[in-house]
Formats: sequence, structure tokens, C-alpha cells
Amino acid sequence: MAKKILLISRHAPYGTSTAKEALDALLAASVYDQDLGVLFMDDGVFQLLAMQDSAAIEQKNIAAILPVLPLYDVENIYVHWESMQQRGITTTELVLNAAQVIDSDAVSCLLAQQDQLLSF
Amino acid sequence: MKFALAIYSAPYSSQAGESAYHFALALLAQGHELYRVFFYQDGVYHATELAAPPQDETNIHARWQALAQQHQVDIVVCIAAALRRGILNKEEAERYTKPSSNLAPGFTIGGLGQLLDAAVIADRLITFGS
Repeated sequence: MAKKILLISRHAPYGTSTAKEALDALLAASVYDQDLGVLFMDDGVFQLLAMQDSAAIEQKNIAAILPVLPLYDVENIYVHWESMQQRGITTTELVLNAAQVIDSDAVSCLLAQQDQLLSF
Repeated sequence: MKFALAIYSAPYSSQAGESAYHFALALLAQGHELYRVFFYQDGVYHATELAAPPQDETNIHARWQALAQQHQVDIVVCIAAALRRGILNKEEAERYTKPSSNLAPGFTIGGLGQLLDAAVIADRLITFGS
């Protein structure tokens, strides 16, 4: 039986490799036929900004990779509303239209439903 | 209960790997099973054979090797993270025509699928570091 697995990405897209390596883990996980989801919270919400350009720091643009998630059957994509609010980010700035914006109470419920958490 | 551990931080820089080690000892002492320890991100530095910590400090690398041997635990480093950071086994060193390899005996190199497999097989996956 498929397990419910949620990857939590809480780091900014650049500065450390954590966001990129979390995304690599998510894409690798997507081929395992589990009930997979991803939650962006804390500084992780910065990864979703559509208008980011990482060319000057010679890094791959994370916002250019994120839209492939639904193609990899990662359809449960969540963004923590309070994290967005604290950082002045609105839903119109997000690169993923498929992302569901959820508040802290909904995050609690979501975490409680999971069999495993992959925490980054 | 079946446990798996994921370690994402480098030894000596971070407490994460040592906390994971003590957690592993505690769970084994209580009769639980340790299915796998997966080293990812800077955690792959745990697997270098070339680390030479001072005599009066803990040899973190050797401790994992001993634990793996004693309890037949699978200790795996992520291949993508390891290659980027210069942790190579003999096969990879040959493939990339590098002058030497440095993966410590007891460790194996595997794909990120091994992390997912651990999440699927184990009852609990505990993350340290990051």
C-alpha cells in the first residue's frame, strides 16, 4: 500500500544547496508510486517566486524547475500562508498555479495525516 | 519498530551526525531495528576514509563503520551529493578518471531512491541536520 509522504522545504532557494537538494530528492521520490506531497514553508516560500533570476550567481533557477512537478505526478503542492504573509508575498507572485495555499491549522492537519516526513 | 535515519550535515561542523549516532545506539539498545542510515547533502562527508581527526577527539567516521558492522546496518551515501563533494568509491573514481577514491569501507554509494525506499520500508524516518 502506498504511504503518505510529505517533503517539507523550508530554506531559501539560494545561499545554501538545501532547496536544490530537497527538490532533487522530491523528483527522485516521485518515481516510487507513493502518495507524495510537498510543502513550502518559512523561507522555502521564496523558492516559488516567479520573478527570480539566478543567472548572476551562476545557479540554476529553481522557479524554472518547479513547474515540472505536476509532470512528475507531484500534484499535492502546498504553500504555508503565514510564511508568505510574513515575507510580503502574494499568490499572484507564485510560479506554481497548482499550489494550494494553506494556513497553520491546515498544515497541522496535513502533517498529522502523513506516514513519513522528509524534512529539508 | 523499524527505523531509518537521514543525516544532512557534515561531521565536526554540526552536532547532527553525533545526535544521530546516539539515537541509533539508543534505538538498537531498546531492541528496535535500524534499517538504513542515509547520508545526503553535507552528510556525505561522514563517508570519507581520509579524515584524520586528532587522537583526543571522537572519530565519527570510524564509529559509523563499527556500528554498521556490529549491527548489519546499511550505511549509504547519496551518489549525486557525494560526487559533487569529492566522495568517490573505486568504480566512480575510475569512471571520472580521478587519481584516487576515498569512500570508507562499510559505506556504500546509492541513489536518492534509497532514501525513499527507507521512508517506505521503515516505520519511522528521522532526519538529522539541515
